[in-house]
Amino acid sequence: MTAADPAQGPIHAFAIGCSAGGLNALHAILPELPEGFPAPVVVVAHLGANDGGNMAAALRRDCRLPVVEAEERLPAQAGTVYIAPPDYHLLMEADHTFSLSADAKVLNARPSIDVFMESAAEAWGRSLAAILLTGANADGAAGMAAVKANGGLCIVQDPDGATAPEMPDAAIALGAAHWIAQPDRIAFLMISLCRGRGGGFPE
Amino acid sequence: MPGRASNLHAIELDLFLEALARRHGYDFRGYARASLRRRAAGLAIKLGCATVAELIPRLLYDDSLLPEVLSGLSVPVTEMFRDPSVFKAIREQLVPVLATYPRINIWQAGCATGEEVYSLAILLEEVGLLHKTQIYATDINDQALAKAEEGIFPAKLIEKYTENYLKAGGTKALVAYFSLGYGFAKIDAAIKQRISFAHHNLVSDGVFCEVNLVVCRNVLIYFDRQLQDRVLGLFDTSLSRGGFLCLGTKENLAFSAAANAFQPVDASLRLYRKRQGVPPP
Ligand SMILES: C[S@@+](CC[C@H](N)C(=O)[O-])C[C@H]1O[C@@H](n2cnc3c(N)ncnc32)[C@H](O)[C@@H]1O
Repeated sequence: MTAADPAQGPIHAFAIGCSAGGLNALHAILPELPEGFPAPVVVVAHLGANDGGNMAAALRRDCRLPVVEAEERLPAQAGTVYIAPPDYHLLMEADHTFSLSADAKVLNARPSIDVFMESAAEAWGRSLAAILLTGANADGAAGMAAVKANGGLCIVQDPDGATAPEMPDAAIALGAAHWIAQPDRIAFLMISLCRGRGGGFPE
Repeated sequence: MPGRASNLHAIELDLFLEALARRHGYDFRGYARASLRRRAAGLAIKLGCATVAELIPRLLYDDSLLPEVLSGLSVPVTEMFRDPSVFKAIREQLVPVLATYPRINIWQAGCATGEEVYSLAILLEEVGLLHKTQIYATDINDQALAKAEEGIFPAKLIEKYTENYLKAGGTKALVAYFSLGYGFAKIDAAIKQRISFAHHNLVSDGVFCEVNLVVCRNVLIYFDRQLQDRVLGLFDTSLSRGGFLCLGTKENLAFSAAANAFQPVDASLRLYRKRQGVPPP
């Protein structure tokens, strides 16, 4: 078994990245997660500097899990959906607390999906599943590759049917997708993964 | 569980920071590691090193490298009138109080390349207070300080900042405070004259004067809780009674030991005021 073999052990944390069309895709996933979902779910979405709060509010209405903005130095807790605040990079520390940075944009994005996923890959290693959804640029592909290199599991939205296929396409081209799925399948995958991923692709 | 590679990265970064602290006296060990690791990795690439570990001998034996290392680790990214609502609140809520003082001292910590402190000075000029104000703008990054002191920015950026300036309650045209030429905009001497730029390290240096307002935004996010506490303690000591503290909009005073010493003016904008009396124990 290599370090990148995804077929071992349960998942303890989820990272989701998305851009153009992401809100719809998120709406197909997050409301399906049950109360007491046993892992934190961290969402990094490209937004205008002012509409971060709106997205959290829109998701909060439909989700059973609490949806909050990630705050610096606070721990990522199971059963909570965290949204990266607009105009800062969000990062995960080794002790599973959040950090923010005002460093320069990466691939023209802040928050950058790559920045979050690379730090989450280091912090969570094999117990992280990363999910990359619709988007119109290549942010997230390098982050997914880092997740995979650290033993995590990578799910990419099927570009066929995505509002903007560029983002999932870029991750697939980098070889950073273990599974490719439609959004309406992803919540089911997430729930199964919390119990373990020994069975491979849960059908 | 984190993998082996991330363990190695953590060891390399620890050793690098230890070398920097013991060899050069700059202690970044209290910085949040995740973003610091990114910057250290970027620095290694920039200096032609394959790993952060390879930076260590260079750091130990080549003194000329230090400015570049400090610049690389402290990445001064800033804008004019970032978060216009904060500047608006300073204008509407702090200025009436500041106006009653015969002289106003301000400490802007972490000034980067100066955009924020020039924004503040322009605001004070428009409300007629700049002439009796002294602003100390400090940073750890000498390359950034030199740029700040120059006060020359790409003219295109000034256009971009104009929208925020107006949202912040600006009453003129932002370009009116610059002289333009060759695609660049130079801040007017009248605005700059009230600002002193100086090297100051929030990790290790002390308080240098008594001030009525401390502005320190998007610096504490880089520090761990312990270092945040130390720095907020510095600000508390530096502020006169009833003095104001302005932090970045994602920085939180609530968890700090200094929280008791302050009361919110506008908690969501992270504007606080030092209590007049003795703080409750
Ligand atoms: C992201 S910039 C913030 C600039 C500006 N305050 C703003 O909000 O736009 C952070 C600044 O903090 C400075 N800084 C980092 N560590 C510091 C320290 N120990 N002492 C003083 N300044 C520091 C960096 O050099 C950088 O210029």
